[in-house]
Amino acid sequence: MVDEVEGRLTHNLTHFARALRVAGLPVGPARVVDAVRAVMAAGFSGQDDFRHVLAACFISRPEERAVFEQVFRLFWRDPRYLEHMMSMLFPSIRGVQDDRAPMPAEKRAAQALLNGAEMPAPEFPPSTKDEEVQIEIDASATMSHEERLKTLDFEQMSAEEVAEARRVLARMSLPVKPLVTRRMGAGAGPRIDAARTLRGALRQGGEITHLALKSPKERWPNLVVLCDISGSMSQYSRLALHFVHAVANRRGQGWAKVHAFTFGTRLTNITRHLRTRDVDAALAAAGTEAQDWSGGTRIGACLRDFNRDWSRRVLGQGAVVLLITDGLDRDDAGALGLETERLGLSCRRLIWLNPLLRWEGFAPKASGIRAMLPHVHAFRAGHSITSLETLARVISDPRDGGEKSRLMRLLGDNVAKTC
Amino acid sequence: MAVQAIATIDGVEAMLAGQGYVSSRALSTVVFLALKLGRPLFLEGEAGVGKTEIAKAVAAALGRRLIRLQCYEGLDAGSAVAEWNFAAQMIAIRAAEAGSGLSGGHAIGKAGLFTEEFLIERPLLAAMRPQPGGAPVLLIDELDRADEPFEAFLLEALSDFQVTIPELGTIKAPEPPIVILTSNRTREVHDALKRRCLYHWVDYPAFERELEILRARVPEAPAQLSAEVVGFIQRLRGEDLFKRPGVAETIDWARCLLALDVIALSPDVIADTLGAILKYQDDIQRLSGHEASRMLDEVRKGLAL
Repeated sequence: MVDEVEGRLTHNLTHFARALRVAGLPVGPARVVDAVRAVMAAGFSGQDDFRHVLAACFISRPEERAVFEQVFRLFWRDPRYLEHMMSMLFPSIRGVQDDRAPMPAEKRAAQALLNGAEMPAPEFPPSTKDEEVQIEIDASATMSHEERLKTLDFEQMSAEEVAEARRVLARMSLPVKPLVTRRMGAGAGPRIDAARTLRGALRQGGEITHLALKSPKERWPNLVVLCDISGSMSQYSRLALHFVHAVANRRGQGWAKVHAFTFGTRLTNITRHLRTRDVDAALAAAGTEAQDWSGGTRIGACLRDFNRDWSRRVLGQGAVVLLITDGLDRDDAGALGLETERLGLSCRRLIWLNPLLRWEGFAPKASGIRAMLPHVHAFRAGHSITSLETLARVISDPRDGGEKSRLMRLLGDNVAKTC
Repeated sequence: MAVQAIATIDGVEAMLAGQGYVSSRALSTVVFLALKLGRPLFLEGEAGVGKTEIAKAVAAALGRRLIRLQCYEGLDAGSAVAEWNFAAQMIAIRAAEAGSGLSGGHAIGKAGLFTEEFLIERPLLAAMRPQPGGAPVLLIDELDRADEPFEAFLLEALSDFQVTIPELGTIKAPEPPIVILTSNRTREVHDALKRRCLYHWVDYPAFERELEILRARVPEAPAQLSAEVVGFIQRLRGEDLFKRPGVAETIDWARCLLALDVIALSPDVIADTLGAILKYQDDIQRLSGHEASRMLDEVRKGLAL
């Protein structure tokens, strides 16, 4: 009798787990076994308790609670109804599955959002081997062409040049120096490793002939990218995201974790989408997630959202923040200044990439730029491949302020003039 | 009280209530499962919602020893499991040398130097030892503060309830400890660790339950004041704040008000004691002036209904 109950329960829970898996929860067979044991242990004392029991077994992060509640409600009402719904719901919840090829219509919609009408057919990055061959050919035959491409402003590029720039960006990296942690490991000093010294001594009959040393271990910092995708930034942010994707997916890239957010009128977390290895699929998925491409900008409000909801979760371990925006904001500059200050204080380094800096005569006149500039640690241009390469060179240097000091002087002059 | 005595979810709820911990049905369920199935319990939630308190309540109710491992950046195996007493070992070598005339290592031998005698026990190892009154409650607090490599180290301890010390071998707990892990979510804890645990997100309590908690924790507060305090805090949590006040702040605030001999809330009192519930200057500024008195009026209206 008990066996029969358990068998039916296992059967039902397996189906339920399958439903959860389709809905995007990472539920493996081990969890089903746990759930069966848990339900048998708790008994069937009521539907609420049953739900709590399953929740304890199947959920492992707060975001999953809503999905779980929905699936639970649908499933235990009528499993067949759910199967039917699942087949219909499939496209809308597929964002959580990164490996599936995008549906044609969806890809088109995302591309329309991402790339505009004149976008050429998406090219897939060739495998590394082919790429290397290609670089050589490029270098020998079209040296001047490549150089021109590198210094060309993203916004002035033709569709062809954009495609080429992407190929270059896909190969770029953002190398960073590791951070020293407080954990120790075997090394060349400066502290004495007593346990190892003694073990070594015992092997030699108790005579301490040399001291084993230990030194602090190293780890990589996290990178957090906040990318402005408003109308004034559209071309830059697209290419900047290509760059970010390349950095995030490079093998042995140095960064422990790369978190990416886009903002225009609202803040969107696109970290999950960037993990897709194919850059077009990744950005297409990010495009469907972020609803505010090429709209207006509310930098202050979006930074406020980030500070409140995310900063404590992603900036904890000495993260470096890359803020990609032109700083043109119509909202209250005072609030923007405060939020930038908080952002700058919560991370290890805040680097602002501003494409407007491409002009020689750029002066911090817009109120948003004036409010943000004093609180960032470094201020750099981000309008061409060369500028991104420069960033890669100096990102490890904690003293590098980019153009900040020059612009702060300008800012001082302006204030002096108006006073 | 033994674990076996708690046969139902209601039993767990009553047991926690006996310790002044008012728990939700969902939380009672996971605690019941953790006790019954012998699985670690992973609690996540905002600061000050009673994650650490649950471990204390369980330990006190079952009469078990509470062993706490507070995580911090740089925590390593040495400070979590056990360390060798290097100085004592050196002295032992020298003493053996002086006594026998042999060189130290030969006199004392390897087996004599790496024994329990020279071992300094740390929380994880202590939790694997039999304790008077039964297996202890092991509280691994604020796991998100420890470095990620440390999590991998916990896997063995949490799935097999054993720790390995290279020189001594594996030490297995005769009776698995009751393990409770907490995290404030300043980073994501790895799935491999979560998978071994029962998970529960501890949320802010609803009005009635928070009032019950306050009554259990600060019984000397007048009913009217308690209701106003809870109403005001509940209202505050709906605001757009950088850090919303937790239950711990509610209790703190009620105690502050009692110490000031306040019988009912007023805008002035709120302004003076706001530091007990809001810990960020921006949040305090938002509530200065008329905002607090407007909210208090709303709370009063709500309570009168």
